[in-house]
Amino acid sequence: MSAPLTAPAGTAAIPPGARPVTGFWRRALRHRSFVLGAVLSLFVLGAALLSLVWTPWSAYDIDVASKLHPPSAAHWLGTDVLGRDIVSLLLVGARSTIMVGVIAVGIGLSFGVGLGLVAAARKGWTEELIMRMSDFTFAFPAVLSAIMLAAVAGPGMVTSITAIGIFQIPTFVRVTRGSANAIWAREFVLAARAAGKGSFRITIEHVLPNILSILIVQATIQFALAILAEAALSYLGLGTQPPQPSWGRMLNDAQTLLFQSPMLAVYPGAAIAIAVLGLNLLGDGLRDLLDPRLARER
Amino acid sequence: MSDAPLIEVKDLGVRLNTSHGPAQAVRGVSFALRRGETLGLVGESGCGKSVTALALMGLLPDSAVISGSIRLDGAELVGLPDTAYCRLRGNRISMIFQEPMTALNPMHTIGHQVAEPLLRHTGVSAAEARHEAIALLDRVGLPDAAKRVDAYPHQFSGGQRQRITIAMALACQPDVLIADEPTTALDVTIQGQILDLIASLVEERGMSMILISHDLGVIAENVERMMVMYGGTVVESGETNAVFTRMGHPYTQGLFRARPRLGARKGTRLKTIAGTVPELADLPAGCTFADRCTIAEARCRAALPAVVDVGAAHGVRCIRTDVSMDAGGVGA
Repeated sequence: MSAPLTAPAGTAAIPPGARPVTGFWRRALRHRSFVLGAVLSLFVLGAALLSLVWTPWSAYDIDVASKLHPPSAAHWLGTDVLGRDIVSLLLVGARSTIMVGVIAVGIGLSFGVGLGLVAAARKGWTEELIMRMSDFTFAFPAVLSAIMLAAVAGPGMVTSITAIGIFQIPTFVRVTRGSANAIWAREFVLAARAAGKGSFRITIEHVLPNILSILIVQATIQFALAILAEAALSYLGLGTQPPQPSWGRMLNDAQTLLFQSPMLAVYPGAAIAIAVLGLNLLGDGLRDLLDPRLARER
Repeated sequence: MSDAPLIEVKDLGVRLNTSHGPAQAVRGVSFALRRGETLGLVGESGCGKSVTALALMGLLPDSAVISGSIRLDGAELVGLPDTAYCRLRGNRISMIFQEPMTALNPMHTIGHQVAEPLLRHTGVSAAEARHEAIALLDRVGLPDAAKRVDAYPHQFSGGQRQRITIAMALACQPDVLIADEPTTALDVTIQGQILDLIASLVEERGMSMILISHDLGVIAENVERMMVMYGGTVVESGETNAVFTRMGHPYTQGLFRARPRLGARKGTRLKTIAGTVPELADLPAGCTFADRCTIAEARCRAALPAVVDVGAAHGVRCIRTDVSMDAGGVGA
């Protein structure tokens, strides 16, 4: 938080717990689901970062001669139908997953939170218009809009990011507007208005900080949904295109060989599960940890 | 001190859009307040006290329809655009709220919240604002203000928080302070301290104050003039002493009789006013109090009674003052 003002001398002895964030990490490390979620999420993030500098094999080289190898010292999790190393595919796949998730949630956050805050601050027909528009977007099946976009712009990562991003907006609009409305009804907002603040400043200084924890939690959950959506779109062939590896594509490839090599479906499936589970646990943990009221009671 | 009123309210009316339809929350409220004067507003919940205060602050919802006129130093405030109003609020008119537990933002330090109006209205530097905030917190009696300026609201008790909101409201040396039930949410022991603090600050800074309360005792001890509101109208107004000596309106008398008394015989029941406050969406055509009044006649229900002068600047909105005041205006 902004603390441009320096404390006068002799004020070092602030009573314990003077700030809501004091002991955040101490509490965080004791919070089991937060720790587990953070470990899993960092594991996926680490895999994606590692793939930028090192993979055991190239994820793009096809070697049909060594296809469908079982796990061995050379190929730790074996090879797929084109002879590509599974570990390498998973590592590089993590990259596209995270990229799609980050950008799509970024789109959803920036547009959704902005619109939601405007709706809560302006009320009246502005709010009606924004909410009905987001209802309209929400009512439209995400996969259908992705197919439509793919038909117009062609399938690919940009298409799936755009489709997922647009689909994220109404969720953020609703969450933001709902929680912002609750803050607007609080007496300290009335007090702030009585102190002469306009709606823009109240939104930035009072509403946003008070709903930030809700938004962070929602963002982690939406991140998990975006990963699932990316996998689904890639599985349908609308998302990441070959030869770019992605977990959804790996599932798609494994489908035809489900009886020959079932493990080919298990690996990307497990990767998706780990990422989604990790983010959900992280979101739950953050929700508990970021709420200053809950923090006090702990 | 000039004779021109600082605040002049004429025939103020507020219509709110509620879920039960439009409600005339305030009707024909008029008063003038000179610099340094104190005025009390008394009445039950839903009688229009707070709506009147919010109308003065320009804080009513956009859907509210305001009629009449509110002038601050001669400048009309009704219909003033919000940006212009923002320059007045917290600067020339300030407000203290009922619930100190919720009137402070839990996310910001108290120093930040007290310094905020200064930064906003006076153009001082952040360091000066902080210095001033500490001085203000010290003045309102917050112990160890310099050390606790960076603490968060949840670390203070209710009484301390109310002191902080008072510091916030007074930061820019406003001309008018509106205190909306400032002690209702506090312990009885703290109430007196807070009221004394407000009174001394009002005196020291030469502010005008509008004190809103449902507690006749609080009004009697803290303001020079008072207005009793019922059903959105002022039913009685005058010098506090004059009103308490000769209560003219049956409602004021009822309120006075309904107060609990020390030393009453054990088992004595508190007197109440029969009936309930009328729905603002469905007010009777005549006197709003007629349905609960013991001396109401048919003509009371015909039209809203006019204000009758019963003394110097002491007005009563009742056509039966001959009876009501004859029956011994004082309840004691």
